Amino acid sequence: MIRNKINILKNIIVLELAFLLVITPNLKSQELLEGARIWGNFELNSQYYFSDTLIGAPEVPEKILMNGFGNINLSYKDLTIGMRYESYQNALLGYDRRYKGNGIPYRFASFTRDNFEVTLGNFYEQFGNGMIFRSYEERDLGIDNAMDGLRLVYRPLDGITLRGIIGQQRLFFDTGPGIVRGFDTRINLNSVFSSLEENKNQWIVGGSVVSKYQPDRNPLYNLPENVAAFAGNLSFARGPVNIGSEYAYKINDPSAENNFIYKDGQALHLTGSYAVRGFGLLLSAKRIDNMGFRSDRNATGNDLNINYLPPTTRQHFYSLSSMYPYATQPTGEMGFMSELTFRIPRETTIGGQYGTNVTVNFSRANSIHKEKIHDTIPVGQTGTDGYHSDFFRIGDEKYFQDFNIEINRRLSPTLRGLISYAYINYNQNVIEGYIDKEMVNAHIVIFDVTHRLPERRSLRWELQHLYTKQDNQNWAMAMIEYTISPNWFFAISDQYNYGNEIEDLQIHYYTLSAGYSKGGNRFSLSYGKQREGVVCVGGVCRKVPASNGFMLNVTSSF
Amino acid sequence: MKSLFFKFNKTRYIHVVLCFQIFFLAFTSLAQRTTVLPELTISTLDGREVNTKTLDNDGKPFAISFWASWCRPCLKELNAIEEIYYDWQEYGFKLIAISIDDARTRANVLPMVKGRGWDYEFYLDENGDFRRAMGVGNVPHTFILNGKGEVVYQHTSFSDGMEWEMFDVLLEQLDQND
Repeated sequence: MIRNKINILKNIIVLELAFLLVITPNLKSQELLEGARIWGNFELNSQYYFSDTLIGAPEVPEKILMNGFGNINLSYKDLTIGMRYESYQNALLGYDRRYKGNGIPYRFASFTRDNFEVTLGNFYEQFGNGMIFRSYEERDLGIDNAMDGLRLVYRPLDGITLRGIIGQQRLFFDTGPGIVRGFDTRINLNSVFSSLEENKNQWIVGGSVVSKYQPDRNPLYNLPENVAAFAGNLSFARGPVNIGSEYAYKINDPSAENNFIYKDGQALHLTGSYAVRGFGLLLSAKRIDNMGFRSDRNATGNDLNINYLPPTTRQHFYSLSSMYPYATQPTGEMGFMSELTFRIPRETTIGGQYGTNVTVNFSRANSIHKEKIHDTIPVGQTGTDGYHSDFFRIGDEKYFQDFNIEINRRLSPTLRGLISYAYINYNQNVIEGYIDKEMVNAHIVIFDVTHRLPERRSLRWELQHLYTKQDNQNWAMAMIEYTISPNWFFAISDQYNYGNEIEDLQIHYYTLSAGYSKGGNRFSLSYGKQREGVVCVGGVCRKVPASNGFMLNVTSSF
Repeated sequence: MKSLFFKFNKTRYIHVVLCFQIFFLAFTSLAQRTTVLPELTISTLDGREVNTKTLDNDGKPFAISFWASWCRPCLKELNAIEEIYYDWQEYGFKLIAISIDDARTRANVLPMVKGRGWDYEFYLDENGDFRRAMGVGNVPHTFILNGKGEVVYQHTSFSDGMEWEMFDVLLEQLDQND
């Protein structure tokens, strides 16, 4: 056994020596690597856990858990190679436990020559808005559906991009069972046709097709082994006006997500904006019907999604306004959002000496209309076509609504303030999967004030309040942060669930934190309690359990 | 007794060899390390594709900031720089702001930046190719490049006052240019 290992080590040493012999003379004589570029980044998140039965923080047998990863890449002339080493010892609470141990789940080599690019190994890619294909990573959510296979990108003419992909998707330290193939084309008409080059109307059209293959071993149903999805998009710009549209269609794809119905899927996403200096208006709308698309029909949660269905709601970033975040419902929803951003000019009565920024946002998501396919068959019955749906008819059930306004103003050379109000309706049954919870109606008010102090120091404080009669009822939050720019910060905060109807659960979730950053490095250490909740990025969410303990975060880029 | 020495299989063996090679290449190339921008495709806010090699400032230093419309420190940074941007422009400096917003918020970026009256040069890096190629983990992450397009400074996160430090670095680079 030991001899075997020694032999393997010997082999590695021999390989390395051979590598050195070949490379080193070249380095000296021909400066082979002159012009090579190396880069990467590293991140470590670790937490020491205390059990806290009151807030629901469980006993953690390991006491300390850690997620860490590092990317290292090298490019030389037309070649780029890279890899990511990941380590979970074990994964932090709230992350999927299938992230376990160490490995190199991401490695690639890509080669670019003229207008042609080839990637071997892992890659991230998106077609259009991603409604039929998007492979991406979102570390905070533990999402990484990187493709492992081949990607070709070809730009035959200025303004035309062709992309082809094939491979399997990452599933923790493995890949999913399905094979994903796709082709996308994107044409900027103004670049391609010289007659349109000077035209004020800018047109971009695109189309894509993606198909997945997974064998059918189901004893009961005859399931499609190849499922194709198609999408077309068109965008138009003229001066301050921008319009974007995308329609996607997927053939029937019975899956665990749609309760194994044989209905086809559709999605439509429209955006329009008008923007001039000091004024911006955005309108967006979408309809999604049975558009869950995964490379394993049995997958659930955030596993093996081939596509990405963006929600049309605002992503809040204050702790209480993000307490009730929306997540797209792939089985069906209709949504609408409008956002107005404007600046009241400086040195006016309302705008003040330095001007004022205002953002007003409204969004709403509802169910889609669903009708029985037959009197005796309930909507969504397994093994049937599921339901009929009128494309333009909005369903009766409200999933989410958010009205919010934010006013940001510099009050003096050393004082800047923000005030925000939001009224959110949040359907817990649909978004979190409960069956008997009430709609949460929450009013949230936020003050955020920054005082600039001498010697590039600053003091920032936040006061937040959330009022609701549902769920855990009222919350108050206060935070003070002191920064010594550019390196240090210290903060203390407390979220207090003072309105909880159970007196013992009127808990203070306090946190103390400090951090240091310099160059591409950042360290932060904090101690405190974290409430149970949902973390969302880009409309995709992960539940985080309550916890109590020390947290260490280290990030570094080079 | 279970061996503490990790088990080798073929895949892991190849991985180990690959790691050695990459680390070797990385460290041997440190001596010749250059920090110029990679060549990748990003897009303008109205969807036209642009190669990152074209990002420059006519031989003067400039800053590149990775940000997102949903990232509060990023908005603070862009607001803070805006307050002294007139001084930056006096010296010919500029800020190139690369949004990493995805399909959810991408359409918000143009009305937001126009509505706020920011005068920076904006691009979208929706697939994260440029972000990954610059080793950017979290946003905001800001780089300063000298007149030759070489990265001379970087900073992750933002705290008030950092806009002045960036201004100082830009001035230093201008002096070195002269």
